[in-house]
Amino acid sequence: MTQIDAWLASAIADAERRGLPQLKPLLETLAKSTAALRRADEELARDRRFASTNSSTDPT
Amino acid sequence: MTSPDLRRIVDVAPLVRAGEISPIDLVQSCLTQADARPELNAFISRLDSHALEEAERHDREIRSGKYRGPLHGIPIAVKDLIDIAGTKTTSGSALPVETSSIDAPVIRSLKEAGAIIIGKTNLHEFAFGTTSDESAFGPVRNPHDTTRSAGGSSGGSAAALAAGMCFGALGTDTGGSIRIPSSACGTVGLKPTIDEISCEGVVPLSTTLDHVGPMTRSVADAALLYDVLVGHSRPSTAFGEKRFTFGVAHGYFCDRIDEGVRQALDRARTALTDRGHSVVDLEIEHASITPDVYLHICLPEAAAFHGPLLDRFAARYCAGVRLRLEMSRYILGEDYARAMRLRRVLINAVDAAMDGAGCDALLLPAQPTAAPPLGAATMIVAGKEEPVRGAMLRLTQLFNITGHPSIAIPGSHDTDRLPRGLQLVGRRQQTAQLLEIAGEFEAQGRPSC
Repeated sequence: MTQIDAWLASAIADAERRGLPQLKPLLETLAKSTAALRRADEELARDRRFASTNSSTDPT
Repeated sequence: MTSPDLRRIVDVAPLVRAGEISPIDLVQSCLTQADARPELNAFISRLDSHALEEAERHDREIRSGKYRGPLHGIPIAVKDLIDIAGTKTTSGSALPVETSSIDAPVIRSLKEAGAIIIGKTNLHEFAFGTTSDESAFGPVRNPHDTTRSAGGSSGGSAAALAAGMCFGALGTDTGGSIRIPSSACGTVGLKPTIDEISCEGVVPLSTTLDHVGPMTRSVADAALLYDVLVGHSRPSTAFGEKRFTFGVAHGYFCDRIDEGVRQALDRARTALTDRGHSVVDLEIEHASITPDVYLHICLPEAAAFHGPLLDRFAARYCAGVRLRLEMSRYILGEDYARAMRLRRVLINAVDAAMDGAGCDALLLPAQPTAAPPLGAATMIVAGKEEPVRGAMLRLTQLFNITGHPSIAIPGSHDTDRLPRGLQLVGRRQQTAQLLEIAGEFEAQGRPSC
């Protein structure tokens, strides 16, 4: 998984190279949103795994 | 100044059919109002002479006994994101564009029903904003207070309706772009069920979130346009016959709204219960992740369309729109995939909340406040400052993600006399039922201002 810090640094560097330094605050806000998205996805994936473990029945 | 004709289509149509009023009169009335309030900047292009020719043709047709239905001879405005043959679809942008050679299917449907297209309305550039103040054709102003935004992105359509420049309009809604301006301007706007009305011939913003829908001055009018756009009629219902259960979602939907919106919601709730409907409280699980999921779907899909245009014409975009689109190009595919996975979670959460409470529709605020000042970057919501765009999208965007039909309806005004909008959300694939419920809400449940 691409780490958000590394992604953000790379995106900001690319934006500056392209002459768009004003993108930096937008990208920083986006990074926070991406982190929240990933947290939610991980938590829900954990819940789903937990639910599926609990609901499985062992025939033995 | 001549007073605007703010009658509903359902009131005017029988008069047109009976020959008591002519389509020519209706078109002239709309054009007079458009002339009277140029400061609203509601239209990008007006089709005056063509609309008058069409009005004369339809007038003759109706008088010869060939009445097509309730939209026959009715002036309709169209958001300038939708192709009309012989016009340029500017999308509110200075980017070069060719004249459209064919009508979008929604335009064909309107024309076949006898509607008269009177002009193409102003919008937030490429539908990528909630305030309609970033347009190459200048900002749209709110008819109720010209220092305020008309909402967006379909701001011109809502402003034109509220000012009597048309009797109905088409808008598009990717995160709330029909319901936000309807709320800001005190009109009605329907976002139908996802994929129910064709988006062919409409400039895309986000292909899995985009919707086309009607904007009107009443629910009954929205139902008329909806019937034409989907190509079928709903059985007529006598209002007052049924009792519905409404669910008011707390938490995410009511935590950050101003006092005027809260009062509008409370008054609506009281009016509904007074008339025998049930109103229950509920919460939609995971609703707080809505903005993050929305962002990671909408932005990459917008980048897919705009990337090649940005490479060629970046300098011609409005500055703010360009920056947000450039930002969109940095979202990773893996995060788009996560957002699409969470989209399913949100669909299930809305369905579960409605099922669990046994409700027919959700009753929610459509906007957290009245329309913000034009050009504002931030706004105060319940005592806290937040970015305008995020605040205006917060209450509407979930239902673009989930595809549930949703309709914005005016709530009661606060002491500042500015409209505050509520929204009703129906069950998936049940737009017709939502219209029935909204009709009931409008006829009986809507509090007096």
